[in-house]
Amino acid sequence: MATPQSMIAPDYYLLLSLALFTIGVIGVLTRRNVIVMLMSIELILNAVNINLMAFSRMWGSVDGQVFAIFVITDAAAEAAVGLGIILAFFRNRETVLADEMDMLKW
Amino acid sequence: MNVQLPFFLDRIWLIPMFPLITAAAMFFFGRRLKNDVVSWLCAGSVFVSFLFSVGAFFQLLGMPVGERVASKILFEWIPAIPYHTLGGGMAKFVADWGFQLDPLSSVMTLIVTGVGFLIHVYATGYMAHEGGYYRFFGYLNLFMFSMLMLVLANNLLLLFVGWEGVGTCSYLLIGFYFHKKSASDAGKKAFIVNRIGDAGFLLGIFTTSAVLGTIRFNEIGPALAAGHFAWGDPRLTAIALLFFVGATGKSAQIPLYVWLPDAMEGPTPVSALIHAATMVTAGVYMVTRTSAIYQLAPAAMTVVAVIGAATALFAASMGLVQNDIKKVLAYSTISQLGYMFLALGVGAFAAGIFHLMTHAFFKGLLFLAAGSVIHAVSGEQDMQKMGALAKKIPVTYRTMLIATLAIAGVPPLAGFFSKDEILGHSFERSHILWFVGWLTAGMTAFYMFRLLFLTFHGQSRVDHEVEHHIHESPRSMLIPLVILAVLSVIGGWIGVGHRFARFLEPVVTIHHEIRVEPIFGRQGLLAEAGKQTIKEQLEEHSALAPGEEYALMGASVAMALAGIVLAWLLYIKRNDLPRKIAASFGGFYRTVYNKYYVDQIYDAMFVNRAKDLGLTLGAFDRNVIDGAGVNGAGWLTRAISRVSMWWDTWIVDGSVRLGARIVWLFSYPVRMMQGGRVQSYMLLVVIGLIGVLAYYLHIVRHAIH
Repeated sequence: MATPQSMIAPDYYLLLSLALFTIGVIGVLTRRNVIVMLMSIELILNAVNINLMAFSRMWGSVDGQVFAIFVITDAAAEAAVGLGIILAFFRNRETVLADEMDMLKW
Repeated sequence: MNVQLPFFLDRIWLIPMFPLITAAAMFFFGRRLKNDVVSWLCAGSVFVSFLFSVGAFFQLLGMPVGERVASKILFEWIPAIPYHTLGGGMAKFVADWGFQLDPLSSVMTLIVTGVGFLIHVYATGYMAHEGGYYRFFGYLNLFMFSMLMLVLANNLLLLFVGWEGVGTCSYLLIGFYFHKKSASDAGKKAFIVNRIGDAGFLLGIFTTSAVLGTIRFNEIGPALAAGHFAWGDPRLTAIALLFFVGATGKSAQIPLYVWLPDAMEGPTPVSALIHAATMVTAGVYMVTRTSAIYQLAPAAMTVVAVIGAATALFAASMGLVQNDIKKVLAYSTISQLGYMFLALGVGAFAAGIFHLMTHAFFKGLLFLAAGSVIHAVSGEQDMQKMGALAKKIPVTYRTMLIATLAIAGVPPLAGFFSKDEILGHSFERSHILWFVGWLTAGMTAFYMFRLLFLTFHGQSRVDHEVEHHIHESPRSMLIPLVILAVLSVIGGWIGVGHRFARFLEPVVTIHHEIRVEPIFGRQGLLAEAGKQTIKEQLEEHSALAPGEEYALMGASVAMALAGIVLAWLLYIKRNDLPRKIAASFGGFYRTVYNKYYVDQIYDAMFVNRAKDLGLTLGAFDRNVIDGAGVNGAGWLTRAISRVSMWWDTWIVDGSVRLGARIVWLFSYPVRMMQGGRVQSYMLLVVIGLIGVLAYYLHIVRHAIH
């Protein structure tokens, strides 16, 4: 277990995480391109990962790291499925812009 | 009445059905059939009808003279309707699809199917290169059906069905080359002129049923006998005259003859079959069929005789100067039909039918031969562009020569016997009528030989290009010519010794047993009337001395020869003369050449008046009905609807739209939530999340404090 002196305070990690998360959310909400939206979601997930890592280090527990690994795996799977959906969608509608994808109301 | 009739007599109703079946087949599948199949089917069906007619004829001959009637009622057409006749008695109006074969209709059936079959065969050659082959034969067979219905009907109404049917087919076939305006106009003219006559005929049928209480032929005689009609009863005269109006239309007599020359626009086999041999004789047949009424209507008989004689002379004079080969034959046909009516008018019904038969042979032959000539010179019909064809188309020439001799009345050919009989009977009744007929005979001989000389003799005036193509017609056209030529020679022989007249006698003099009460005493004809039957009176009055008979015969032969010699003089010997004669009689010649301007007079008097009436009515329709009435109502409706539209648009729709606009405004936030865009949903999620968090933090802060 690492000593408190050698640690950077968790606040910085949380601030970094918060910044990443905010960038991600704003990206998801404002960018029209679905691929960029996916990338923004990756940012959000990474913010979560940083949180997990920060608390894991703070508590000296590996549980957080395990969860981080899960999240990365999940992100990979999500990216694969998401890109697949985008490809399929592009083939049908010839667009990857979210504001032109208003079929959910149907 | 349930006597078993012999085979053919029991099946006379089949005679018209064979052509009807093939006509229907042409109508439905003709387009898909090959020309050969069409020929065999159509000509074959007529041949079968002919065989049935021959069979029926011989079985009729096998019956005792007084009983030679076979009738067959297929089914009731109009069921019995009781009504009062003009005489006050009760009668029942009955019409059925009934067929009747007696000597008269038997003769007609044989002519129609026999000549009709030959012309069908001829047409297979003549029409071989024409479009609409199946259409032509379909119409032709429909015509055969109608004509056979006409002659086999057992009542006036069914006869009228056939009468109208042949008129329709005539219209269709005259206008066969419908893309040619003159042909379609001629078809319309024939149809319309015939309608005038048909209206008279129809009125005659109504009057018959009102006066006699029946329209069945076999009941007319008994009705006349039972009704105690006087000789010359005005009601019977009215019926007879109305019937004759119909006959003038169909049989091209003055004043309704004008359609027949124009009808030559149709294909030549049609001219031969319909406008020479069969349909135009329907009037003669109809008058003969109702001869019982005519015999009691002397005034009507006089009208028939005078019109017939006048038509014969008038049409012959027009035939003298025509240059179109078919037009000459058309006027000749009108003239010969006039002869037939002259015969009917003087009471020689059998002679009229006899001439009808011989005329069917030689006039059918003349038309077919003319068609063969036209065929040879590539469609040229102007005789001034023919000449010297005798050597080039010898079979056509010889058959046409026989027919021309026959129509000219040269013994012993067919025309001589029938014409002589008519002239003889006319002489008995009136010397003036005889003289007109005699003069006409000379003119007939003259114009027919003029036609023959111009066409076949002298110098060739054929166009050079056409000259090379002159050829004899195919066998299918020549065989009918030869058969008809044989008939034109021997057809008159059955009239020798009054055999033909005796055969027809049961039909045309059924009512000689009626005792008559005279009202026309002044003719001296009925000195002892009331004691004698009509037949006895007529015979007493009109016996012709044997010497007179031969003198008349000699006179008509001399007249015919004179006509022939004159034609030879003018068109062979001194062929410069006709032009000089025409020049010296300039005005008169032009009048005759232009057919006495009758068409122009009719145009000015009737056709243009009818057109004017139509135009006036049209203007009334356009201005008053359409203008004030329809357009006014339209204008009013538009004005009202404009107001109504304003109300609808601004008040009714306006309130609705206002409501909609309000709802639309208030629904904006809700709509945003349901936009279907993933990002707007996410925004909501984020806002919701922030809200939840804020609330949660709020609670936590309260809990801390």
